[in-house]
Amino acid sequence: MEQSNQPPGRRQPDAAPTFGHFRNVRQQFRLSAHTNFVAIEDISFDLKAGSFVSLLGPSGCGKTTFLKIAGGLIRASSGVIQINGHDVTEPHADFGMAFQQPNLMPWRTVLKNVLFPMELRGDTGAGVRRRARDLLKLVGLEGFEDYYPAQLSGGMQQRVALCRALVHEPKLLLMDEPFGALDELTRMEMQDLLLDIRAKTSATIMFVTHSIAEAVYLSDVVVVFSKRPAVIADYIDVSLAYPRSAEIRYSAEFTELEHRAGRALGITQ
Amino acid sequence: MTGSAHRLIYPLVGFCVIVILWQGYVEFAHVSKIVLPSPADILQVSWQRSDLLLRETVPTTLESLYGFALAVVIGIPLAVCVVNSRILNLALYPILIATQSVPKVAIAPIILVWFGLGMQSKLAIAFLVAFFPIVVDTATGLQATPAGLMELARSLKASRWQTFWKVQFPAALPFIFSGAKVAVTLAVIGAVIGEFVGSVNGLGNLLLSANSQLDGPLAWAALVWLSVLGIVLFLAVVLAERLLMPWAPAAHH
Repeated sequence: MEQSNQPPGRRQPDAAPTFGHFRNVRQQFRLSAHTNFVAIEDISFDLKAGSFVSLLGPSGCGKTTFLKIAGGLIRASSGVIQINGHDVTEPHADFGMAFQQPNLMPWRTVLKNVLFPMELRGDTGAGVRRRARDLLKLVGLEGFEDYYPAQLSGGMQQRVALCRALVHEPKLLLMDEPFGALDELTRMEMQDLLLDIRAKTSATIMFVTHSIAEAVYLSDVVVVFSKRPAVIADYIDVSLAYPRSAEIRYSAEFTELEHRAGRALGITQ
Repeated sequence: MTGSAHRLIYPLVGFCVIVILWQGYVEFAHVSKIVLPSPADILQVSWQRSDLLLRETVPTTLESLYGFALAVVIGIPLAVCVVNSRILNLALYPILIATQSVPKVAIAPIILVWFGLGMQSKLAIAFLVAFFPIVVDTATGLQATPAGLMELARSLKASRWQTFWKVQFPAALPFIFSGAKVAVTLAVIGAVIGEFVGSVNGLGNLLLSANSQLDGPLAWAALVWLSVLGIVLFLAVVLAERLLMPWAPAAHH
């Protein structure tokens, strides 16, 4: 069932089961005895299995905080956070995370960085190593297995981080502006790469970005966050067919979706 | 390649210029050998009495090395404890800082009373001076783990033990080595302080006795051998750093 979620050329069926369930998620931080800082006011939406959902919003709006709540790195102040039918209270072995910075360990080679999640589980057998090598090949880093991160460009490091996030075959991939620090051309290349990878896995992906074009280009659904304290400003079903390629960025439909997201963000009228 | 060649050539040229000026000054101003022997004199004595110098270098080297090794063996685990336990941190860290403010030269005579004229007293002083930079730099390094790596470890549900061994400790290695580089040169100083205060052998002892016999060239030769010993030990730590941290770009000193 999950395998058939992403056949090239077809949109994900609307009938896909619910994978993530968020209801009235609220997050506040105590600044002093009398003042609370409300980061997230009230966020509710569902995540369909195998879907690609972007959280789009202005800087500091709480979207990264929400992603970390979904990943179990932060406890929400209140609300229901369920993934795969279970309440999320801490990180789960079925989650994979990619951050804005590659966060590679400079003392590990590329291959060993990718294997890190499996090493923590004590499973670095031949099958796992093969999978790591296959992933590196998939992102175009074949032959770089024994390089150290310092010897790679920023884009290549981010590819390694992507492989590391995927090596344990997570059911939920959480990505926090992973291409935010890359130049525009590398970024577009990485977006196409991510769509390729996405077509080959059954993972559900939650992707934080502040780029409207990136959110529309990648996603099945764009959840637009308002300024802090965050509520949902718009929930946009992206009707563009997969596989997507760069030409689609110039289509009328794409532009209309960008406009809609822009209006939700209060940028355009 | 040219970069590293420059790093070698310029100091060599600077060294040669100073030596030539020194030699010229001593010859033309007729300076007494007791006050300031010429580089040629020092070189000659270093060579002629190399048996004696080598024999006296052995105890000084061992005192420095053992003191340094002890500082590493005790200092690193202590730093780990201080970083990981709030109680130990509160209890030990202020004491550590306080002991550091005690001049080591001032406690050398007391150490001598405790451990005698032999190797142990020098080793203890070398340990005392080398210990502090190792503890402080290790503790700093363990607390300076990049937040992103800690978050990664947490997102992957790494245990506390795994987080320490696979993330915090390797991330602290550059700090530990910079502490060790300072510590190893301090250890030599500590050993010499010990030999000055009371000893039966060692380069510090030789330096003192040559000085008291107004043998300027031999005292200076002992000084040169001491410097070479310090440099060799420092380079040994640098080599260990290169071997243990092959990922790090070569540091510039």
